[in-house]
Amino acid sequence: MRHVLSVLVENEPGVLSRVVGLFSGRGFNIETLNVGPTQEEGLSLMTITTSGDEGIIEQIVKQLRKLVTVVKVVDLTHLHSVEREMVLIKVNAEDAGRAEVLRIVDIFRCKVVDVGHDALTLEITGDQNKIKAIVNLLQRFGIKELARTGTVALRRSMQMD
Amino acid sequence: MEQTGAQILLECLFRENVDAIFGFPGGAVIDIYHHLPSYPALRHYLVRHEQGAIHAADGYARATGRVGVCLVTSGPGATNTVTGIATAYMDSIPVVILTGQVPTPLIGNDAFQEVDIVGISRPCVKHNYLVKDVRDLAWIIKQAFYLARTGRPGPVLVDLPKDILQAKTVPNYPESITMRSYNPHLEPNRRQLRKVAGLLQDCKRPLFYSGGGVISAGASEELTWLSRNLGIPVTSTLMGLGAFPGDDPLWLGMLGMHGTYAANMAVGHTDLLLAVGARFDDRVTGKVSSFAPAAKVVHIDVDPTSIRKNVNVDVPIVADCRLALKGLRDEIMACAEETDWPAKYRPWLEQVQTWQRDHPLQYVFSEEPIKPQFVVEKIYALTKGEAIITTEVGQNQMWAAQFSRFHRPRTFLTSGGLGTMGYGFPAAIGAQVAFPDKLVIDIAGDGSIQMNIQEMATAVSYNIPVKIVILNNGYLGMVRQWQELFYNKNYCATCMHANPDFVKLAEAYGATGFRVTRAGDVEDILKQAFAAPGPVIVDVIVAQEENVYPMVPAGAALTDMLLV
Ligand SMILES: Cc1ncc(C[n+]2csc(CCOP(=O)(O)OP(=O)(O)O)c2C)c(N)n1
Ligand SMILES: [Mg+2]
Repeated sequence: MRHVLSVLVENEPGVLSRVVGLFSGRGFNIETLNVGPTQEEGLSLMTITTSGDEGIIEQIVKQLRKLVTVVKVVDLTHLHSVEREMVLIKVNAEDAGRAEVLRIVDIFRCKVVDVGHDALTLEITGDQNKIKAIVNLLQRFGIKELARTGTVALRRSMQMD
Repeated sequence: MEQTGAQILLECLFRENVDAIFGFPGGAVIDIYHHLPSYPALRHYLVRHEQGAIHAADGYARATGRVGVCLVTSGPGATNTVTGIATAYMDSIPVVILTGQVPTPLIGNDAFQEVDIVGISRPCVKHNYLVKDVRDLAWIIKQAFYLARTGRPGPVLVDLPKDILQAKTVPNYPESITMRSYNPHLEPNRRQLRKVAGLLQDCKRPLFYSGGGVISAGASEELTWLSRNLGIPVTSTLMGLGAFPGDDPLWLGMLGMHGTYAANMAVGHTDLLLAVGARFDDRVTGKVSSFAPAAKVVHIDVDPTSIRKNVNVDVPIVADCRLALKGLRDEIMACAEETDWPAKYRPWLEQVQTWQRDHPLQYVFSEEPIKPQFVVEKIYALTKGEAIITTEVGQNQMWAAQFSRFHRPRTFLTSGGLGTMGYGFPAAIGAQVAFPDKLVIDIAGDGSIQMNIQEMATAVSYNIPVKIVILNNGYLGMVRQWQELFYNKNYCATCMHANPDFVKLAEAYGATGFRVTRAGDVEDILKQAFAAPGPVIVDVIVAQEENVYPMVPAGAALTDMLLV
């Protein structure tokens, strides 16, 4: 099962390789990984999506907590959380196709961020389902390039149970 | 007043009460060596290979419970310590490794003797640091020692670029450490302890399975009290030997691949397994699904990752082993209705003792060739558990564990998790440095001893009177045993052709050498060796194809043992 882990770390130079090395060294799997600074100086937040059975996820969480530079690990999977990913897609958009691509842009409320003679670059933000859906739809026009940020996520303020 | 990085480092070591440094110099650390004579309290032991330095620091740490310190230069000096760092990591031993590094402006340039030791060592240290500013040095060293010895102990490496060692600042030595990202959980949860007390009341066949964590937490007394007052038999891992008195009637011996029949049978039949400071390693469990199949499992460990890593646990307790066992004792005293625990478990104990009687550890004696087990028995008979025993790796290590008995923690030093050949001799040097008046014996194999034999020069030059007893079977015996049993006796690359004359080798180094070939001479020669003033090698020519039994083939259930 897919899990989204929110990992708060001390922002020291080796921290990314400590985390990544832990996953590769112990044979855990990383689907996406995103890192950036937080509002607090000296702390960065990593969002890692991974998969495995309960036992594996429990080990991943514990092993992450054991790293000396990791401050906090939260498995967002069983909490109410918001989850987003941003994707830039350069898609073929010639003649007839162009209008249709623009229609999809409209329906999915994405943005056109670069325009060329025969291609458009789109910015799409959404959860995994939305991104999967739009990538699927655009496939038939021919996707030239694609860059994804990986999932970022935060716990919702209101947790219902 | 301003001080250089090198001076600050030494001052930090002094403040940590370091009294021994095992090291080897080089260009990147000359500044440290330059100032070392101003700190006579920091006794430096010049080894002959950096692997010797890290194992000696490790042996010092295991024997004392204090942090061992190792100092080496950049590049090859640093990489030579890696095996020893991994050894300490696998066995949770507190050591601080100080490595030189090229000056910061050169880092990343493939400079002379540059190596990314922080990157190389990352998977086998508890934590590591590259010092980039001399103003950070004092707190980094403070943290390094704190991390090494607290929680689940382990090696911590500090990489020291040469320009940082030369840079000057007015140092500020921190008195204490707080880290928001590191807070080991030490206090046991009372509710969980109460559950254990309840399980003790409900069970009929409890068993303590104790590990190295009992030793690192200093929990031997608590373990012994519980075992004796409740009448619960104890088995332990290789790492746990010494935590429980080896002459106690409740002691079953080691469990696992080369565990005793009684210990392995007890695991097979227990209905309450009390795992304390152990981690269910594959050499201990054999086939995991048949390990303690009838038991509820209580697991006490300071490291949450150890719990439920390999087996399911009914009552997990993340805590310091000593605090947890103490808490359990209080719980039992406070709320249990049971008054005569030993009577409650007596039928179980009788069963266990029957297993012990039916299949004790045994071997067939012969006058010539000498049986290696006989030599270990003699060592024990002469030392009565008063010596510190280290081992190399292989059959010698298993026989040392089986046929000697250990009565106190920190008297049996062996590379358990990594199984590092060449560990025993330098570790013995480290232990002897910590306890100059104790008898320190390395029970060695003819293969392993050659991996760090160069440290004989260290032992001779500081007159460190370690006694090495080589169980010389002319083979990489443990590998040969596997070839015999599982590979049709295809003894490829395990015969030690052209072993040196170990007696002459000892003499060449300026040490003393003895050779024994007949069982009748063993006791006398060992006595002479132990009484001799300096370092000694005793070369005991033993039966070449003797095997270690019992043996649980890899992946088999613990109760499926091959016996003598
Ligand atoms: C550094 C290292 N290399 C290889 C091994 C694999 N190995 C395990 S036991 C053993 C044989 C050791 O031979 P010896 O020291 O003579 O001990 P014996 O088993 O004969 O008592 C070997 C090669 C190891 N444990 N460590
Ligand atoms: Mg041998």
